[in-house]
Formats: sequence, structure tokens, C-alpha cells
Amino acid sequence: MITALGGFVLIVAYFIPATQGWGEVAAIWFDILAAIAFVLGGGNLIKIHLKKVSDRRAGWAYSLITVFAFLLTLFVGLGKIGVNPNPMYPDFLTSGSYREIGSPFWWLYEYAFKPLTATMFAMLAFYIASAAFRAFRAKNIEAILLLGTAFIILLGRTFAGVYLTSWLPDSLSGLRIENMTISIMSVLNTAGNRAIMIGIALGIASTSLKVLLGVDRSYLGTGEE
Amino acid sequence: MYEFFKNLDKRWIFLLMFLSVSIPIYIIGKTGKTFPETPTLLSKAVFNAIDELEEGDPILLSFDFDPASEGELGPMATAFVRHCCEKKLKIYFMALWPVGPQMVDDVIARVIYSDFPDLVYGEDYMSLGFKPGNEGVIKVIVTDLRELYTTDDNGTAIDVIPMMKGIHSVQDFELVVNVSAGYAGTKEWVQYAVTPFKDRIKLVAGCTGVQAPLLYPYIPEQLPGLLGAIKGAAEYEKLVNDKYGGDNPDPKYLEAKRRMGPQLVAHILIILLIIIANIVFFVGKRREARS
Repeated sequence: MITALGGFVLIVAYFIPATQGWGEVAAIWFDILAAIAFVLGGGNLIKIHLKKVSDRRAGWAYSLITVFAFLLTLFVGLGKIGVNPNPMYPDFLTSGSYREIGSPFWWLYEYAFKPLTATMFAMLAFYIASAAFRAFRAKNIEAILLLGTAFIILLGRTFAGVYLTSWLPDSLSGLRIENMTISIMSVLNTAGNRAIMIGIALGIASTSLKVLLGVDRSYLGTGEE
Repeated sequence: MYEFFKNLDKRWIFLLMFLSVSIPIYIIGKTGKTFPETPTLLSKAVFNAIDELEEGDPILLSFDFDPASEGELGPMATAFVRHCCEKKLKIYFMALWPVGPQMVDDVIARVIYSDFPDLVYGEDYMSLGFKPGNEGVIKVIVTDLRELYTTDDNGTAIDVIPMMKGIHSVQDFELVVNVSAGYAGTKEWVQYAVTPFKDRIKLVAGCTGVQAPLLYPYIPEQLPGLLGAIKGAAEYEKLVNDKYGGDNPDPKYLEAKRRMGPQLVAHILIILLIIIANIVFFVGKRREARS
């Protein structure tokens, strides 16, 4: 009922300007729920990892570290531990910014969260190189086309593309690697992506209607968990 | 040789990748020499969208990324803020990602505190901070920003901040600039801000390499300009440096260009690995056929 009401209000608000305010109210509710979802997410994280620790399942020590890191960050962040009061409100101890330089929360972000997430993302380069070596084979025409496109894009996104084909005369500038990269991205990629996006949009519209009309209730779960 | 490549231990590949990235970083750091960049039409469109604004025009910068993609998006965020400061625009920061405010803090310290110390918080620039809700946030603030943002990032009431006078929704900004690493990001800004208010909201963006192909369908109607990954950042950086950099720009304003060096060698390594793997594949097939 709530889902159907929220969904139809947003649809009506989009098409009828006089009801735009209803849409705004629904969107604000959505934002409030999104904020509450953080609490739900945190609770869920603790529940899952504590269960893993208590069951002594494989990798339980990582779960223990996760729970410890979560609670520590939550404690120093919410409690604004080590934060000086805002000069405008010196009487209120917690009026300062939780991101204040030198505070424990800032320290955790700067020396734990930041390097860890950057490292995880940077490791992709190693795995991409390894995967390219093991999986990219010119087995058929489609694979050859994909391989050729990949080479053009890889070269075209660097100075190598310019360097390798800069000798081509202006009349053949379309064959320069950097220009071929632009053509592939703006013509072939755009056409393919638009087709996929239109397909997805039609799929979303039909699925959304099923949800709003109560035909599909799978998002509510089976109730057996 | 064939057997070596056929059973190549992936640790050799990891080592080669490490060297192909670290050696150019070292050489570029030591010599300061980088590869030249030629800006494309999309980068020029982003540059022109900001450069055509008048002094004092309000511009909204939404930093929707985190430290994971800082290596790719940090330099363009720096270039965006520097360009806005050089143009003397009123800069409003916001974030749809929880650690977006930290990205804003970094760039404010890197650009405004060090090179534009005369700019005053609340008069020339301000940060609205992070709000949860992803596209839900965009959906509300396109019509009523104050409904969601009653205070700025420091907890100061919006109504007492001088530069918030006259700003009631995203439609009041001359331009929205989005630096995006995924969801929620440029796609959501296009769908929930630009599409319903096409005549009143203009958006340009910078995004990660994996996102760029997905955003091309929105060009040029809904998204007039797009900086794709570090290459787009390097092109934009060049345009900003050419106009505002002088003869010897600060190294922090050449960061994207410097990062193009490791990217070049890493791309060439990947191409070589694919070629070698295919040679091994075809030689293996021929041997199988013979036997």
C-alpha cells in the first residue's frame, strides 16, 4: 500500500505540475528513510559479523576486525572525540566538526580508510593485466572485433595513439588512432548503449508497474528468513 | 619460451605492471617531463561552460566520489575548483557520497587555502556537505534546496550565510559541475535534474573511465561536456593552464598530465600481454593439430 501510494504520487507529480508538491513530500520521505537505512545497515553489519564470530566460521577473525573498526569509528565519529568546540558556539562541547584535523576520526580516515580504499582500487590494475593475459583470445570474428576495438581505445587514450599515426595526412585524419577512439565512443558505443538503455527503461517500467499494482511482491521477501 | 609463456606465473605480470607504473612515476617526478595533450571537443565544452560564466555567478560543484577513485578524479576536481576561483565564481560544494565532504575539504585546502587565501567562506565559497538519499536528494533540491539543507556543512544556518541569498533550488545555479565515480553521480544528475528542467539546469561532468561509455548517450543534449577519466582531466588541465597557468604552473595543477605517463606504459603493457597470450594460444593450437 505504502509502495503503491509513493510510486503513484511520484508518477502523478511528474505529469501534473499542480501536484508537484506531493512529489516533493514523497521525495523527502525517501531521503529520511535513506538516512534511517544507515542505522539498519549498521545493525545488520554487526548482526552478520557477530554471528560469524560466534559460529567460528572461516575468516571469523576478519569479521571481528570489521566489528571492532565499525564500533571504533562510530564511537569517535558520533561522540566527536577530541574535537574542539566551534568558535561560534564555545559553550557546546560537541559543536565542532567531526572531521577536524588531528581528531581521532580524521586520523582514522586519513591513515586507515583512505589508504585502504585507494589500495583496493589500485589493485585492479594488476588483476586487469592478469585477466587480459589469460582471457582475451581472438577465437572468432566477434572476439577479433572486440580485441581490435580494445587496442584502439587503449592506445587512443594515451599519447601513443597520437604518436603512432600523426604521420597520416589531414585527408586521412579520421584514421588517426585518437580520432578513431572518439568515433568508436561517440558513434558505436553511443548507439549500442542507447539501445541497451531503452531496453532497460522499458523493463524497469514494466517491473515498476507490477510492483506498484501489487502483482510482484518479491521485494518484500518471503517471510521465511 | 613457449612453455614459459603458456604457464606464466601471474606474479610476473604483477611485477611487470608494478614496474610499468612505478618507473614512469619516478622518471616524471625526477625530470618533470610529461607527454603533450591535445584537448578534445568534449573537454573544450566543459572548459567553455565554466569560462563563459560571469564573475560572481553561482556554480554548484557536486563531488560524488571517494578516496578509491581520488587518483582518477582528484586532479580534475582540483582543476575545476581552480578554474572557478580564477573566474571569481561563487562556489557551492555538495556531496552525494558519505566521504564526499572529505574530498571537498582536500580540494579546498589544496587550491583555495594555498592559492586563493583572499576568498572568504560564506561569501565566495561554501560547502553544503553530504546528505543521504542519492537521487532522492537531487529530486528534492532541484525544486527546493532549503527543504533538505537547513544548515551548511559546519552546522551554520543557511539563512545567515551571505552567499545563500537568492539561492532556493538547483535551478538558481548558472551551472552544475559533477565529479562522479559511480552511483549516485552524473547519470542521476542527468535523469533527475537536467531532464525535467532542461531549460533551467545546465550540467557538465567529470567521471571515471568505466563510467564514460555509459554517459555518452546523454551527449550533447543533456550533458554538453564530459571529462573521461585522467585523460579528460589532463586535457581540461591543459586548457586551464594555458589560460590561467602562466609559464610555470604549480605542479599540483599538472597532476593529471603527470599521471598520463604511467597510464601510457600500463596500456602498452596490457596490449603486449594480449598479443603474447594470443601468439601462445595459436602456437598451442597448431601444435595440437600436428600431434
